[in-house]
Amino acid sequence: MTKRNVAWWLVVAFVVAGGVSLLASSHPDGFEKAGEETGYIHTATNLLSSPLPDYSVPGIDSWLSSSLAGIVGVALTFGVFMALSRVLARKSSR
Amino acid sequence: MHIPDGILSPAVWTAATAASALVLAGSVRHSKRTLEHRAVPVMGAMAAFIFASQMVNFPLLGAATSGHLIGGALSAILFGFWPATLIMTTVVAIQAIVFQDGGITALGANVFLMAIAAPAVATLVHKALKSFRVPMAVSGFVAAWCSVVAVSIVGAALLAWSGVIGFAPAAASLLFWHAFIGIGEGLITAVVIPFALRSSFHFAAKEGLGA
Repeated sequence: MTKRNVAWWLVVAFVVAGGVSLLASSHPDGFEKAGEETGYIHTATNLLSSPLPDYSVPGIDSWLSSSLAGIVGVALTFGVFMALSRVLARKSSR
Repeated sequence: MHIPDGILSPAVWTAATAASALVLAGSVRHSKRTLEHRAVPVMGAMAAFIFASQMVNFPLLGAATSGHLIGGALSAILFGFWPATLIMTTVVAIQAIVFQDGGITALGANVFLMAIAAPAVATLVHKALKSFRVPMAVSGFVAAWCSVVAVSIVGAALLAWSGVIGFAPAAASLLFWHAFIGIGEGLITAVVIPFALRSSFHFAAKEGLGA
């Protein structure tokens, strides 16, 4: 039962990240907007070059780019959380 | 609310990183004591869902601005404060390292804001409202809204402490936008919680709500 529920939530996450996210607003978010209003955003830089910068796959120039990035992100988030937490969790007393 | 590199002063991002590390050490200790193996995939699915939801920026007020879910309240209400810090830290760290969303020097500060302050405030507000027997949807909405607004105030404090801007103007501007973003956070939280509880998420952590 739980396994099926987890699978369903992952399906929803994949659909949201790979599909619904294509409809996302590209306007600056609240933090950037406030930074533009008050001036603090102008010193912003990037010290780390990421493999999938700004939720896009470098070299792909269509909607597929951010869709793929979203799908990779969901899989990665689930996988990393599982890997870290399994180490932390104790054996079930069931 | 993802702070990029280059804005916070070294003293501030170092302090925020130290504070976050301290709390996360507590989270690790807590989960070694209480986290059960079978709960891990359920929490992982919520982490994945929150990552996905954060990609969906919703437009605000036709004002050329957008906001997105943080998810700190959602994870805290479902699983309790300590597990929520682990879920949110995973999301925020992956965003910074893999997707360049939020700076690498600011990672500790972003963890402090979204993975610690947001779940902490949501937990406190939600517990308080629950003792007044406020319906789940309402307390979920209010807790989520409060978490976003609180995070924007703490963010303003970090900016002010960094010396980039005064606290009052930073807080005024951040608060204004996040008061609206918080409504989105509240709505999504209130809508998702019942679905999550129905799909057996509640057993994952004892401090979470349960059904």
